[in-house]
Amino acid sequence: MIALWIALAVVLVALMVGLVVAVPRRRRGAGGSGPTPTVETGPPRPTARPPRPVPSPAPSTAPGVAEEPGAAVVAEAEALLAGPEAPAAPVEPAPPELRERMGKTRGLIAGAVRAMRSRGSVDGETWEELEEALLRADVGVATTSTLLDDLRARVAGGDLRGPDAVVEALRQDLRRSLDTEAGTGLEVDKDATTVWLFVGVNGVGKTTTIGKVARRQTEAGHSVLLAAGDTFRAAAGEQLELWAERAGVEIVRGAEGGDPSAVVFDAVQRAAARGNDLVLADTAGRLHTKVNLVEELKKIRRVADRPPGKVMEVLLVLDATTGQNGLAQARQFLDAVGVTGVVLTKLDGSAKGGIVVAIQRELGIPVKLVGLGEGPGDLVPFDPDEFVTALFE
Amino acid sequence: MFDALSDRLEGILGRLRSRGRIGDADIEETLGQIRTALLEADVDIGVARALVAGIRGRLVGEALSRSLSPAQQVVKAVHEELVDVLGGETLRLTYASPPPTVVLLAGLQGAGKTTTAAKLARWYRQQGRNPLLVGADLQRPAAVEQLRVLGQQAGVPVFSQPTDPVAVAAGGLEEARRLGRDVLIVDTAGRLAIDDALMDEVRRVSEAVTPRYTFLVIDAMTGQDAVGTARAFHDTLELDGVILTKLDSDARGGAALSVKHVVGRPIAFASTGERLADFDLFHPDRMADRILGMGDVLSLIEQAEREFDRDVAAEGATRLMQGRFTLEDFLSQLQQVKKLGSIGNVLSLLPGVPKELKAADAIDDRQVGQVEAIIRSMTPSERAEPALIDGSRRVRIARGSGTSTQEVNQLLRQFKEARQLMRSPGMLGSMLGGKGGRLAQSLADRMADPGLGQGDLAGLGSGLGGLGSGVEGSGPGSAPAARGAKGRPGAKKKKGGRVTPKSGGGRPG
Repeated sequence: MIALWIALAVVLVALMVGLVVAVPRRRRGAGGSGPTPTVETGPPRPTARPPRPVPSPAPSTAPGVAEEPGAAVVAEAEALLAGPEAPAAPVEPAPPELRERMGKTRGLIAGAVRAMRSRGSVDGETWEELEEALLRADVGVATTSTLLDDLRARVAGGDLRGPDAVVEALRQDLRRSLDTEAGTGLEVDKDATTVWLFVGVNGVGKTTTIGKVARRQTEAGHSVLLAAGDTFRAAAGEQLELWAERAGVEIVRGAEGGDPSAVVFDAVQRAAARGNDLVLADTAGRLHTKVNLVEELKKIRRVADRPPGKVMEVLLVLDATTGQNGLAQARQFLDAVGVTGVVLTKLDGSAKGGIVVAIQRELGIPVKLVGLGEGPGDLVPFDPDEFVTALFE
Repeated sequence: MFDALSDRLEGILGRLRSRGRIGDADIEETLGQIRTALLEADVDIGVARALVAGIRGRLVGEALSRSLSPAQQVVKAVHEELVDVLGGETLRLTYASPPPTVVLLAGLQGAGKTTTAAKLARWYRQQGRNPLLVGADLQRPAAVEQLRVLGQQAGVPVFSQPTDPVAVAAGGLEEARRLGRDVLIVDTAGRLAIDDALMDEVRRVSEAVTPRYTFLVIDAMTGQDAVGTARAFHDTLELDGVILTKLDSDARGGAALSVKHVVGRPIAFASTGERLADFDLFHPDRMADRILGMGDVLSLIEQAEREFDRDVAAEGATRLMQGRFTLEDFLSQLQQVKKLGSIGNVLSLLPGVPKELKAADAIDDRQVGQVEAIIRSMTPSERAEPALIDGSRRVRIARGSGTSTQEVNQLLRQFKEARQLMRSPGMLGSMLGGKGGRLAQSLADRMADPGLGQGDLAGLGSGLGGLGSGVEGSGPGSAPAARGAKGRPGAKKKKGGRVTPKSGGGRPG
């Protein structure tokens, strides 16, 4: 059926253009002034993309081709949960203050709260202001309605009295939305070569994030190897290489336009051989709607998960300026490669990142790291208390 | 692109259509739904309010036209308001004298400035200009390297030095003068609107090159922040327009709807894919059509005019109408269509295509590759006359193309069916026109618009109008007159394409 549609579409397009081109030409032919064809001179038209490689089967040197049976090691890893991350914080020379950097977000909701308090009662305007504040923070229509409908019912039922109580209840609701069973630590597996895979749409800051994580994890005592799995974007490999130099770690690169799975595979092999315990795998930015590219990503994950490698984290890098589309991104990447956490980047701008509330409420994916600037140290663990408090102070 | 929004609006307006009479309560309910749909598409909350108020004003204020049903009037009001908010007219680019015309790109990190610079350079080349790219993003590691690679793909030289952005921009301007390049495109580093030091830097870059156009590059997936960002950049740089990137993602584009409204500058260009060719001027009215699910045939035609080989296309169309369309023709047309980008992309521009197919990437271009492989595995005579293909030929073709005989069979069967469908004007008409020949109607409307009423478009429109009429026709021999006559009487005699002697009865006199 699909091929039939393709046929129809093709024929249609041809037909339309044929008419555009042929009809006037026939008529004007006598006058001798046919349409001027747009002649393209000069160097050959840019090769679109080197067709994204239909990933070739991974190098046949794979020792164990069988798929990794499962989460045998997760339990041990849980123990490490707070391990490398927690102590890293004090090491930072000047840990960026989430609250400081998020001034704009705070302003929005705080403004609404102040206005409410000054009126002293909860009325229609109160709800409108709260709604606008949440929507402006990109929390989204559905989540906002749910939160506010619940509060409205509680006010109507007499459970909540006065603006302060309403605001406090909203604060708690938001905070609860960010609770997670999975925890916000980054997991490693002591008995395998741990792989953290970084995925996301184009331009969210995957490569930069990896550079920063590499530095952090090196400081935390890991022996890190970078896998330059973005073989598509021009100069992505160079960019990561510069980060590798800054962090003083090794990097495995492939040919531009090459098979990213092969790069990741090589990186895992090399890490295992040289005793690196953590591989950070970059991937090319891809829209979650491009089926082939998502398939390619699934393959990267499968290959990375073969012993001696073990994928312990699949981190979705999300730009804080992202609006409601962030939820669709998270859903698709979760389905495809089992995202374990979100890295929220560029939170130091005027963007609010409220979409993470919706992502966690609906999909249960916790935010694990937050990017607060361009410096190598500006990536910090996500603190939900601080995030919500920052919204309200 | 804009799919979620257009789906929602289509649904809302569809429910309205199913009602005979529309009262105030219905309108209010519809407006409420439209507001929610807009907010879910990341339209700025202030803009959403204004948009809804505008639609309400159009519905209440104006004397209701008699020729339109109530539902049609709502659709019309929404359409007009969308065109308004999206920016009215397409930006008409002019060139500086003396050259070079300087174009400055600015924006947040990750918006797509570097890729956009290369796409824009390619676009200018296609306009017959000689652009020079300047890599003034010295902040992000390897940004200049990326620009160099992309510049090479676009066939455009790149200038940069490891000094500072202002000096690089000024140097680029000198270089352009020296080399006689007439367009200078300056790529800058991504920066946050609240970063005063970097905003000051970009202002100094701008002063160094005095750009004719300053474009803000915005990611279509941006949320409520888009408007604030645009405003801040506008305050610093005096923007001339916006370039919207990553429009090939699902949904959203609310940023697009909002920016014009807030900073009063139009969306100049839009980028709809990863290939350098996936980039074009932004046409607000066509975008409004797409949001309302009306397809965007005009953009498709323009794209095709640029990329197609005219002779091949004309040949294909002629053969199709004469019923002599073979697999060989199909293959050569397929090569043409592939120049337009992915098949899914082409489908999304056509009206009347089922939603499941428009759904992003429902069509895997690799399937198209398979179709191609099968045809290429046939001999010329087999391509001309598929009936020749017997069992053993089938096995050979399957082997040659790495497919199965079932797949070969399927292709042959579908091609045969498609060809039959194509021959019956009813099918084509309904495909092109959707219910009630909407496309034909919209083309007729457009032709009344002096700006677009060029000869070829009129010719095309009447051709389609004629085809659209097939909806009412009962078979291949019926007269292709009704819709064309209704749409635009004058266009009827231009129905050059359809060589059906029997249909002569439909023509006047």
